[in-house]
Amino acid sequence: MSQKLLEVEDLRVTFPTHQGDVEVVKGISFDLGRERLAIVGESGSGKSMTGRAILKLIRSPGRVTAKKFVFDGIDLNKQSERQMRKLRGARISMVMQDPKFSLNPVLSIEDQIAEALRTHQTLTRKELDEKVLHMLEQVRINDPARVAKLYPHEVSGGMGQRIMIAMMLIPEPDLLIADEPTSALDVSVQAQVLDLIDNLIREKGMGLILISHDLNLVANYADRVLVMNAGEIVEQRDAADLQNATHPYTQGLLNAMPRLDETRDELPTLDRTQWAAT
Amino acid sequence: MSAIELNNLNIAYSSVQVVHGASLTVEEGESFALVGESGSGKSTILKAICGLNDEWTGEIKLYGEKVDPRKRADISRISQMVFQDPYGSLHPRKTVDTTLSEPLTIHGIKDNGDRVVEMLNAVGLDQRYRFRFPHQMSGGQRQRVAIARALMLKPKLMLLDEPTSALDVSVQAEILNLLKQLRKDQNLTFLLVTHDLPVVSFLCDRLAVMKKGKIVEIATRDQLAKGTFNEPYSQELYQASKHEHVA
Amino acid sequence: MSNMTEWLLSDSPTSKGQAFAGRTWRMWLSLLGNPLAITGLIIVVVLVLMAAFAPLIAPYSPIGQDLENRLLPPSWQHWMGTDELGRDIFSRVVYGSRLTLMIVLLVAAISAPIGLVIGAISGYFGGWVDKVMMGITDIFLSMPKLIMALAFVAALGPGIENAIIAIAITAWPAYARIARAETLTFRNAEFIDAIKLQGASPARIIINHVLPLCTSSMIVRVTLDMAGIILTAAGLGFLGLGAQPPLPEWGAMISRGRAFILDQWWVATMPGFAIIVVSLGFCFLGDGLRDILDPKNEGKS
Ligand SMILES: Nc1ncnc2c1ncn2[C@@H]1O[C@H](COP(=O)(O)OP(=O)(O)OP(=O)(O)O)[C@@H](O)[C@H]1O
Ligand SMILES: Nc1ncnc2c1ncn2[C@@H]1O[C@H](COP(=O)(O)OP(=O)(O)OP(=O)(O)O)[C@@H](O)[C@H]1O
Ligand SMILES: [Mg+2]
Ligand SMILES: [Mg+2]
Repeated sequence: MSQKLLEVEDLRVTFPTHQGDVEVVKGISFDLGRERLAIVGESGSGKSMTGRAILKLIRSPGRVTAKKFVFDGIDLNKQSERQMRKLRGARISMVMQDPKFSLNPVLSIEDQIAEALRTHQTLTRKELDEKVLHMLEQVRINDPARVAKLYPHEVSGGMGQRIMIAMMLIPEPDLLIADEPTSALDVSVQAQVLDLIDNLIREKGMGLILISHDLNLVANYADRVLVMNAGEIVEQRDAADLQNATHPYTQGLLNAMPRLDETRDELPTLDRTQWAAT
Repeated sequence: MSAIELNNLNIAYSSVQVVHGASLTVEEGESFALVGESGSGKSTILKAICGLNDEWTGEIKLYGEKVDPRKRADISRISQMVFQDPYGSLHPRKTVDTTLSEPLTIHGIKDNGDRVVEMLNAVGLDQRYRFRFPHQMSGGQRQRVAIARALMLKPKLMLLDEPTSALDVSVQAEILNLLKQLRKDQNLTFLLVTHDLPVVSFLCDRLAVMKKGKIVEIATRDQLAKGTFNEPYSQELYQASKHEHVA
Repeated sequence: MSNMTEWLLSDSPTSKGQAFAGRTWRMWLSLLGNPLAITGLIIVVVLVLMAAFAPLIAPYSPIGQDLENRLLPPSWQHWMGTDELGRDIFSRVVYGSRLTLMIVLLVAAISAPIGLVIGAISGYFGGWVDKVMMGITDIFLSMPKLIMALAFVAALGPGIENAIIAIAITAWPAYARIARAETLTFRNAEFIDAIKLQGASPARIIINHVLPLCTSSMIVRVTLDMAGIILTAAGLGFLGLGAQPPLPEWGAMISRGRAFILDQWWVATMPGFAIIVVSLGFCFLGDGLRDILDPKNEGKS
């Protein structure tokens, strides 16, 4: 690994509540080169919080602390909110988990993408329109001319996700954080969209943090996998090696997936009492 | 008698047609899946069946009775829907208890909270959650509440729009087990939208494959297990799913 | 006590009452953690107490004239001095709080619900209903508030009741706009579809499901607007169209004190000071409420 893109040591995210502080990310450490890293884990394990913490996008009263927190030579600990805003979008961008929440409900798709384009370059109206359509095509949306005119509630679940991805790829960031980017897509479109991201990453030498609970997907589209549970990293593996996971939690996740030729009457579920957090 | 019968159903949104001539039959007690391309009109079909969209032509029959898109009878006691997104389908300012009691109040059903308790048990939620707000629950717990709400009026037919796609595999397993159990206990009919073929294999008897607003193939679970589809698009989906699997 | 707090903060309440009490208690705690909001709250509470116990607090009658002691500067006898008819300004300010509070509350009680309902209906139904209702709203919005209030008072006749009605008529369109904008952001949400599927009527959906989501931004907005309402009322009073003498309305008091502003500064300044303090109080409180009523700030369990 040549140059480290992101170094994180002892990252913590804390929320003060009326019953005392709650740590939802409990001192995790990892490095990222220009490679594809996946974070998997069950719901509430702190995956999204980790992603948001890197952008320092934890809503107050939440707090982020880290011993070492360096992105491409920039110490994120020392960045002011204003400096972070410059980094966000331009150099690090994030596809949020809930596309319908993240899109503005009263702006058309076209206007939102155009808005994102305009903040990064100056374009004429015509170029802008062309570029918007091109972006939608790239994420495999059928009939982009019609979809461009729709409002967020008028697009299907999967389209919303792809629109978010298109918007986040516009500025060609160095690091892309994708939080469950394809959970609403069918397998074949999912593959196409991930291939698109994959190509971009290889061409531009970007880094990717792929957050997902889909172990199949992660095995195919990441180089390395971090398994998180209750705010901690319980296992780190090469993606190719995932089925040999040793931690009972990872195995539990693997077993809980139904198969194409399913014969089991009931799927095994995790015994949460072992890890019960809240 | 079949639970749902669709004949040559065409659905439009403000004059753009998105579903073209869909026909299918779901038998009573059956669990039927709609799979296919994103944006192919799966959610749209469910919405037309339950009356959230009335810009359609063709024929929809529920338990043998024709549905008239304009003079819509209240079918809330026959059929209920569970939405794709557990974060968006619960009112953010209402406790679980209020959300679940509301359908009873609307239909003037007198009940001192027994049904709420019963349904919470049915979906495996502890009574502790009864007076919580949605933001105090995880995605999986919210989806359970949504399922419980759909069951409050004891419908015979459940329309499920990707009930697990926003949930992680372990919670997905819990919800799938739950749905299977409920279907057995309450003799429900399911029409389930999903993009995940393994889910179909676990929960459904038959499936319809959709592409660009058309149903291209109706297949059985055996065909799915063996991968013997007739249409190239279904094959493509099957291959993509198979290719993906690690274990 | 600790049992009580535990009961209130429990993340798994066992009854509707407990859930509600817990939520209120949490809001109260966040309010306590916000010094500006507390300042605002204290000012507003003082205002309410002052209005309620005016006869006990005020040392003199608010309208009793005493021409021998006119235009006295502030002293131990007259904390805020006396006006041109020898009335004790402090007593007038204290009694004036009743008028101010009444104006503010009545305007809010009339215009906020009207605005809410019109905005919610308009946003929920959309289409031509929306076009017609927002058209009317826009006509009202496009006219300057004070001038429109003037026109209405002129038509209805001067007096404090008519001033209240006039201000309420000018205030609702802004609320309708806010409620509509708010409604638009969630009228297509799945939880609204879900309740439709339960067989709920549009009226029920609007009252039980749409309005509760608009009220918090409305409360904040109304609180912030209270300062403006006080000033408009004062403006009308100033022009002789609001509260009629000898009522101790703060705005009217300023306008009378204007004549002596250079030599007897206290006559106009004291009620002005009261207006500023109370307006600020409402603003601080409104700002604090904005943070507290945002459900995302409620702190997850
Ligand atoms: N504002 C908050 N206050 C307190 N706790 C919070 C807050 N926001 C999130 N949490 C908690 O942080 C934990 C981690 O949440 P996070 O969103 O990172 O989960 P996740 O791993 O992304 O799960 P999912 O797969 O469901 O998206 C959860 O237990 C959640 O309840
Ligand atoms: N309210 C609406 N107005 C206009 N077009 C709409 C509306 N709702 C959906 N559409 C369009 O209808 C088509 C089908 O959407 P639908 O939501 O049924 O897809 P889907 O099969 O459920 O896809 P996904 O798997 O991505 O959820 C899409 O092209 C979408 O843009
Ligand atoms: Mg998440
Ligand atoms: Mg859909």
